[in-house]
Amino acid sequence: MAWTRKILRVDLTKGTCTAEPLNMQWARDYLGQRGLATKYFCEEVDAKVDPLSPANKLIFATGPLTGTMASTSARYSVITKGPLTGAIACSNSGGYFGAELKNAGWDMVIFEGKSAKPVYLHVEDDRAELVPADEIWGKTTWDTEKILKTKHQDPQIRVSSIGRAGENGCLYAAVVNDLHRAAGRSGVGTVMGSKNLKAIAVRGTKGVGGIKDPKAFMAATVKAKKVLADNAVTGQGLPKYGTQVLMNVINEIGALPTRNHRDVQFENARKISAEAMHEKRPTDGKANLVTNQACFGCTIACGRISKLDETHYTVVNKPEYWGASGGLEYEAAWALGAATGVGDLEALTYANFLCNEDGFDPISFGATVGAAMELYDLGLIKEKDVGFPLEFGSAEVLTKLAEMTARGEGFGKEIGMGSKRLCAKHGRPELSMSVKGQEFPAYDSRGIQGMGLAYATSNRGACHLRGYTVASEVLGIPVKTDPLVTEGKPALVKAFQDATAVFDSSGLCLFTSFAWTLADIQPQLDTACEGDWSMEKLAVVGERIWNLERQFNLNAGLTKKDDDLPARLKTEPAKTGPAKGLVNGVEKMLPEYYQLRGWNADGVPTKETLGRLGLSA
Amino acid sequence: MQKSLSIDPAKCTGCLQCEMACSYENYGVFNPARSRIKVFDFHETGRKVPYTCTQCDEAWCLHACPVEAIKVDAATGAKVVLEAVCVGCKVCTIACPFGTINYVQETGKVQKCDLCGDHPACAEACPTGAITYVDADWTGLARMRQWAGKLDVQPQA
Repeated sequence: MAWTRKILRVDLTKGTCTAEPLNMQWARDYLGQRGLATKYFCEEVDAKVDPLSPANKLIFATGPLTGTMASTSARYSVITKGPLTGAIACSNSGGYFGAELKNAGWDMVIFEGKSAKPVYLHVEDDRAELVPADEIWGKTTWDTEKILKTKHQDPQIRVSSIGRAGENGCLYAAVVNDLHRAAGRSGVGTVMGSKNLKAIAVRGTKGVGGIKDPKAFMAATVKAKKVLADNAVTGQGLPKYGTQVLMNVINEIGALPTRNHRDVQFENARKISAEAMHEKRPTDGKANLVTNQACFGCTIACGRISKLDETHYTVVNKPEYWGASGGLEYEAAWALGAATGVGDLEALTYANFLCNEDGFDPISFGATVGAAMELYDLGLIKEKDVGFPLEFGSAEVLTKLAEMTARGEGFGKEIGMGSKRLCAKHGRPELSMSVKGQEFPAYDSRGIQGMGLAYATSNRGACHLRGYTVASEVLGIPVKTDPLVTEGKPALVKAFQDATAVFDSSGLCLFTSFAWTLADIQPQLDTACEGDWSMEKLAVVGERIWNLERQFNLNAGLTKKDDDLPARLKTEPAKTGPAKGLVNGVEKMLPEYYQLRGWNADGVPTKETLGRLGLSA
Repeated sequence: MQKSLSIDPAKCTGCLQCEMACSYENYGVFNPARSRIKVFDFHETGRKVPYTCTQCDEAWCLHACPVEAIKVDAATGAKVVLEAVCVGCKVCTIACPFGTINYVQETGKVQKCDLCGDHPACAEACPTGAITYVDADWTGLARMRQWAGKLDVQPQA
C-alpha cells in the first residue's frame, strides 16, 4: 500500500471536513503527490478558473514514500492554479510537516471554496476541524507556529501556514512549514490567503505502514542510502556547503544572471557563496553558517542554519532575529544577491529570514527587485514613486523592500505583484525576466543552453526544478553535455522533465537525483507500493504527468507563445565568460522538443500521444 | 561485555531516521510518535539532540514499579518492560528523572528503550554516527581520542 488510501476534503465555504477513500485507479496511474494531486485537480477544477476565486482549489499532497525510512521521505506538494502565472502551480516542500500529515493518516487534503472568516485546519489523526484563526491572522509564520503550539499545549504539532504576504495578496506568497521550509513558488500561499485559510496544524500518531514487502523495502532503502552517502555531491558537497556549493561554479561558467540578466557574471559572487558562509566574520568572529540540517528522513542534510551578525544594520536592536534560522540556499542567495547586484551576505540572510517569516518566494522577490532597479536605472521608476532611490547593488534598498513586501506596504505592494506586472506597468514588459509570468531562477540560459528550453517549457513557468539539465550540462550528471550548444538538448530536457515528475510524485526529494536515477527509486517504490512499478511503467507515469499538466495549461488558455524566453536572452549576447557572444537558441530547440513529445507544431499533444499515455482529449 | 548507546549531538542533523527505525523495530510501522528515542530541535541555537534511556544501574523506574514489570536483561543490562505484567499505573513515568519511560495509550502499558536485544535499530539507522552502540565502559573513548589528537607533540626521532 504505502498510501494511507484516505483523503480529507475540506469545504471552506460550508466549514466541513469529510474523509474520502483515495481513488486507487488514479494512484496506480499517477503515483502520488504531484502527479496524483494534479489528476484530482484537473478532474475537479475548470482550467479557466480565476486563481483567486473560491472556485479554485488547493491540494496538499504527500507521496507513497512520504514518512517512510526511504531517504528524503519528507516531501509534500501544494497544487493549485497559480495566480502569478495562470498555469498549473505545484510547489514542493520538505521539513517535517508532510510526514506528520501522512502519520495522521492522510494522503492528501483538498481545500475548496472560501471561508467567510479566517480559519485554520486542525488535524489530530482522524479528527479534523476548522477553527477560527483570530489570534493568528495578521501574524507571521513564525508567530503562527508558536501560538498554535502553545494554544494546543502540544510542542509536537507541525504547522504549515502563510505569513502576511499571503494575506496581503503578494502574488508569489509561499506556504511555509517548520519555520523555514517552503512550498515556495508560483503563489500557492496567495491562493491559500484568498481562501481565508491561515494554517494547517497537524499531529499524527498513526504512523506509516502497509508496506507491500517490508523486508525487501528496508533492504532497498539501505542500498539507496549507501548510494547517497558514497556520492561526492550528496555525501559531501551538499551536507557541507548546501546548494550554495553552486554559486562560484555557476559564476565561473558565466551563467550567473546578474542585475536583471544584464550580465552573466557577478563580481561579488564570492562574497555571497557557500565558502563565505563558512568564513568567520571580522565583526564577531563567528561564521554566518551555524550548522546543516536534514528534513524528515533525509540522509543528505543540505539545509542551512544561519545566525546573523547582531551588529549588522539590519538587526541592530532586533533580538528577535538573532537566533538561528533557515539560511541561504543557492537560488535565494542568487535572487537576493546577484539579481540585484547586492554582495552583502548578512543583508541577503536577513532578507531570506523575512521571506520565511512572512512567506514569500525569495526567487520571484529578488528577481522583481532586480527588474525594479533596472526600471529605475532607465528613469522609468522615479525616486518619488518609491520614497528612496532604487540603485543596483544597494543592500539597504533590498532589505527595505523585503520588509515592505512582507507587510504589503507602499512600493512593496508593487514588488509583490511580480516583475511581469511591474515591467508592463512601466511600459517595458520585455524587461521582466520571466516565463509565463514566473521569474527565472539562478541559471542564465545563454551559458546553459538546455535550461532555456527547460524554462520555456516548464509547466509552472520559469523554474529549475522541472528539468534540471544543469546537472548534465554543468555537473556531468548522469553524463556530461556541452552547456554552450543546443544540439541534443530537447531530448535531454524531455528526459529530465519526465523523470522529475516521478521523483516529485514519490514523496522523495529531487536532490537525490544528484546521485540517484529512476533505477534507484524504482526498487523502493516497487517494494513499498502495491501493483507493478517497473522502470517502463515509471517512465510512462512521468510522461503522463507532464502531459496532463500541459493539457491543463492549454485548457487554461496558454499557447505556444507562452513557451518562450524574454527577448534579452535571445538577442543580447552574454558579455563575459565562456558563453561570451552567445544568446539562447530556444527557437532552434522548441520544434524538435515538440516533436519528441509527440505534440503538433502548436505544442498540442496529438491524439496518438494522448492515447499512448491513457489521457483523454 | 555490555554496550551502551553513545550519543554525539554535534553529529545529529535531525533526520529522525532513528525514530522511524525504533518504531519500525517495535511496532512494524514508521511512526516517530511511537519512538523510544526522541530528537530535540533547539531551533534558536541550531542544535539537534537525540535523547533516550541511559539504562541506569539503580533504575528509578524499576524500583518504583509496584508489580515488578521492569526487569534487567542480564545480557545487555537493559531495563525491559514486561508488557504482560505492566498494569499501566504510570508510577515509573513519575519516578524516572529523565522522562525516558512513557505511557502508550494504544496498549495501556509503558514503553522504554530496551536496546533491541543488543542490536539497537536507532544506532544502525543513524546516517551520521551521532548514535553509536559501544563498549559500556568506554562511551568517552571517541571524545578522549579527539582531545588526544589535539596534543601537539611530535614523535622524537
